[in-house]
Amino acid sequence: MINSGDTAFVLAAAGLVLLMTPGLALFYGGMVRSKNVLGTIMQSLIMISVISIEWVLVGYSMSFGPDINGLLGNLSWFALNGVGSAPSPTYATTIPQNVFMIYQCMFAVITPALITGAIAERIRLSSFIVFSLLWTILVYNPVCHWIWGSGGWLAARGVLDFAGGLVVHLTSGAAALAAVLVMGPRYGHGKRSFAPHNLPMTIIGTALLWFGWFGFNAGSALAANGIAATAFISTHLAGMTGMAMWVFMESIQHGKPTTLGAASGAVAGLATITPAAGFVGPVAAMIIGLIAGLVCYGAVNLKEKTGLDDSLDVVGIHGVGGVIGTICLGIFASKAVNAGGANGLLAGNAGFLGTQIFAVLVVGSYAFVVSWLLLKIINTVMGLRVSKEEEISGLDQSLHNETAYNN
Amino acid sequence: MKKIEAIIKPFKLDDVKEALSAIGIKGMTISEVKGYGRQKGHKEIYRGAEYQVDFIPKIKMELIVDAAQVDEISECIRTAALTGKIGDGKIFVMPVEQVIRVRTGEKGNNAI
Repeated sequence: MINSGDTAFVLAAAGLVLLMTPGLALFYGGMVRSKNVLGTIMQSLIMISVISIEWVLVGYSMSFGPDINGLLGNLSWFALNGVGSAPSPTYATTIPQNVFMIYQCMFAVITPALITGAIAERIRLSSFIVFSLLWTILVYNPVCHWIWGSGGWLAARGVLDFAGGLVVHLTSGAAALAAVLVMGPRYGHGKRSFAPHNLPMTIIGTALLWFGWFGFNAGSALAANGIAATAFISTHLAGMTGMAMWVFMESIQHGKPTTLGAASGAVAGLATITPAAGFVGPVAAMIIGLIAGLVCYGAVNLKEKTGLDDSLDVVGIHGVGGVIGTICLGIFASKAVNAGGANGLLAGNAGFLGTQIFAVLVVGSYAFVVSWLLLKIINTVMGLRVSKEEEISGLDQSLHNETAYNN
Repeated sequence: MKKIEAIIKPFKLDDVKEALSAIGIKGMTISEVKGYGRQKGHKEIYRGAEYQVDFIPKIKMELIVDAAQVDEISECIRTAALTGKIGDGKIFVMPVEQVIRVRTGEKGNNAI
């Protein structure tokens, strides 16, 4: 039975999630040098086009189509064959299936866009487009099927991921780590200043991400109900405590809080609560946000000592956030909050924590290994990096013949 | 005729301009510049990455004046720009051979 309230809610949520990708473009764009701002924005923006096409043709069918051995959906829903305005018998049964399809499309779009932060200011757009397509087919779609698809093998083991801690944040974080290792640092890394060129732009991006995140997490209830409200509130609370903790840590360590720190802490809290949003209560959500602020702050600071150039901290914020959020769900989940969820460690069910840790290991290593191989192959076949000369003159000029700020 | 070139702290620009107006100086050229002397730069931290910023924003003001007024004007600038802290800036005085007003073709002190 189609419920018009649920349908309206999920359609609106899909619009909110779409907004996160241009939001991410601004979030990242502000953090790079001015000669790379358009190139960086373009890497996220183009995903809306490329991945939406992929999703409609094969992605939706591979992720949610009829199951093959728990590993993948088959291609019988190629080009949305049979996916119409009748509800699916398995997914979101109160809304048209094409509403569910377009909502999930927005998740597939933003996930590869997240990776671009790790390899900012040096990747060729054409190589990234090829990578993002193959990566979505080989990493995103299978992992999405394992966890959210009907018959997926991790779902069958009891793994929970409310809105994408594993499917979105851990897959992109693991791919980001592989990309940093394969591509190496930017020219001049550790010697020159890579200070952000426009922090107000990054703050606008943060605001759009936060706003869109309500669609991402609350919308993942796939109905306008109490669970959506629970997820909405946990999302806000974790973003807010993540921001507070990050700024607090900065103040202790350096004496001065920064706006970039406030934005980073908020995004860390939002990413970390994502897998848990509809399964935990408000106090747990605040604690998860505090842990996110603390651990992600530590991870980002640790990166400075490794010499790895994860330029905009995709690993430290999204990868680490996805891991600790999924594990925190194993600790704080409560059936009193969501009867369709699970009880975690604090509710006396240590087994569920073990299941969540297992999922982190499986998804993290699968995404890392496949991403690493893909990047190695693409690097050999067409090259991943722009030339040194192009890198020094900046992506905007060398790849797009554009200048962001003309006086 | 002399040229007075003063490097001052940006936030002192209004004070210096008002002080100069008060003693009858009618024109000047300013530019936003960057540099460092004894003050050195400062450190900025972005997500744990520390960057030493060597060049600090300053204002450079240039005035062409009658040689007889040089001491009065430079003292006026110095007093108005003074905070007593390191980084207050410097004033340079140098000779000017000729000044020509574009509109009228007047030369020398009449063109100032």
